[in-house]
Amino acid sequence: MSTYQKITLALCLAFATTGSALADEFTDADIQRWQQQFMDVASEGRELWTSPKLGTNGVACAQCHPNAANTHPETYPKFQKQLGKVVPLWQMINWCLKNPLEGQPLAADDPKMTALQAYVTYERRGVKLEPGKH
Amino acid sequence: MNTINNSRRNFIKSAGALAIGTTLPISLIELAFAESSQNFSFAYISDSHIQHIKDNRFVRNWDRGLIRAVAETNLLLPKPDFVMYGGDLAQLGSKAELDHGAQILSALHGDVRYVMGEHDYYLDLGEYWEKLFGPQYYSFDHKGVHFVVLNSIKTYDDWTFKRWPTAEQRMLEMAGLDNPNSSPFMVGDEQRLWLKDDLDKIDKDTPVVVFSHSPLQKIFKGWNFWTEDAEQVQALLKPFNKVSVIYGHVHQIQYNQIGNISFNSVMATAWPWPYPQAYAQAEQYLPKLTVPMNRADPFFERDATGWQFINLANGNADLNFTLYDNTSRIVRYNQKQKRPEDAVYQDEKARIIPQTHY
Repeated sequence: MSTYQKITLALCLAFATTGSALADEFTDADIQRWQQQFMDVASEGRELWTSPKLGTNGVACAQCHPNAANTHPETYPKFQKQLGKVVPLWQMINWCLKNPLEGQPLAADDPKMTALQAYVTYERRGVKLEPGKH
Repeated sequence: MNTINNSRRNFIKSAGALAIGTTLPISLIELAFAESSQNFSFAYISDSHIQHIKDNRFVRNWDRGLIRAVAETNLLLPKPDFVMYGGDLAQLGSKAELDHGAQILSALHGDVRYVMGEHDYYLDLGEYWEKLFGPQYYSFDHKGVHFVVLNSIKTYDDWTFKRWPTAEQRMLEMAGLDNPNSSPFMVGDEQRLWLKDDLDKIDKDTPVVVFSHSPLQKIFKGWNFWTEDAEQVQALLKPFNKVSVIYGHVHQIQYNQIGNISFNSVMATAWPWPYPQAYAQAEQYLPKLTVPMNRADPFFERDATGWQFINLANGNADLNFTLYDNTSRIVRYNQKQKRPEDAVYQDEKARIIPQTHY
């Protein structure tokens, strides 16, 4: 063991003994609170998904994608042949906002985009991840 | 295109029917009988969802689907005896939408008959629709076939009359396909009594064709691919030797056989819907027989919409689907198996990757 490794090990042990009481302890109440935070955002996503106001022509995402079906969030990022590159889900959502909904795209970190993705993935819960799948 | 032309040649050879001169993306239905002078065809257009934005603006995409179907139907040779419209002409049942849809349909040559869809109905319970298009349920005879049109998208009175503060809200609640506040479709007591009476007068060897908006079978309740009293309606159709039910609503290819009844869906002109198995949380019963159509490509606006040429030779349905941006599909009634089967893809080994929905 080199001197460097010894120092690193010593540092790790030091953090392990002094920090463990705070970092990784949480209660059922914490889990419920965090889950609720997620569900609130997913519910906002459902509202947006079914809303005629996201675009400009009154068309809602849910009109073609009831229960967010046929969106396949578990397959992103993936190659979209029509875009000619690998894209994450939010870019495909923006494609839909611009085309069938005749609206404006959202920024990747727009809370509305987060909510839409929370809803879409929630409806796909339990399905295994298959990035890139067609 | 080759497939469809071959199937036509075969069909024409075997059934002795008149040729349909064009391959066009609407539903063309041909009835062929031993008496070839009695052969006739009709076209089928459905689910256009004309959607009003405001003032004089309507959703362009849905308008284009219906305009294209109407234009192409008018080019059919030989001319169809009549055109069926399968319901959901409007998106939210407004006069503006029904008028705009009626105006587009008015370009059709010849008689048009109509089926009520839930998007036409739940604003004013069909009042304005009736003024434009006639009764909500009726029957007629044409060249030896008894046709029945049902309003199959009614629901419990409590939901329709007591639950919602305004007609507009009632319409919106029913218009959301996946809305948990929605209510199951049904034909209902009144129409079933009428249907029994209507069918009592018909010889049991007469081919019967029933048009409904919802499937008169139970596939997936969550999206109303469902009719609550389907079994009771099927029981009324049971005494007949040859029965075909042709329905809209589902915006996708479905087919099934239950006893003597063949079920076939027609395509939408507006947009395709996912197969229910694409909803991971759903319990659903897509007929095992159905080989799904290809997963739709959203980058092609009219993909997964199309038409079907239906030959009801001997009273059983043979469907030839032409899809706008996909290979044609043929679903024929197999006389030996006594059920509809896809001519190419029915065998598990013959399926292609895009038919896998997940």
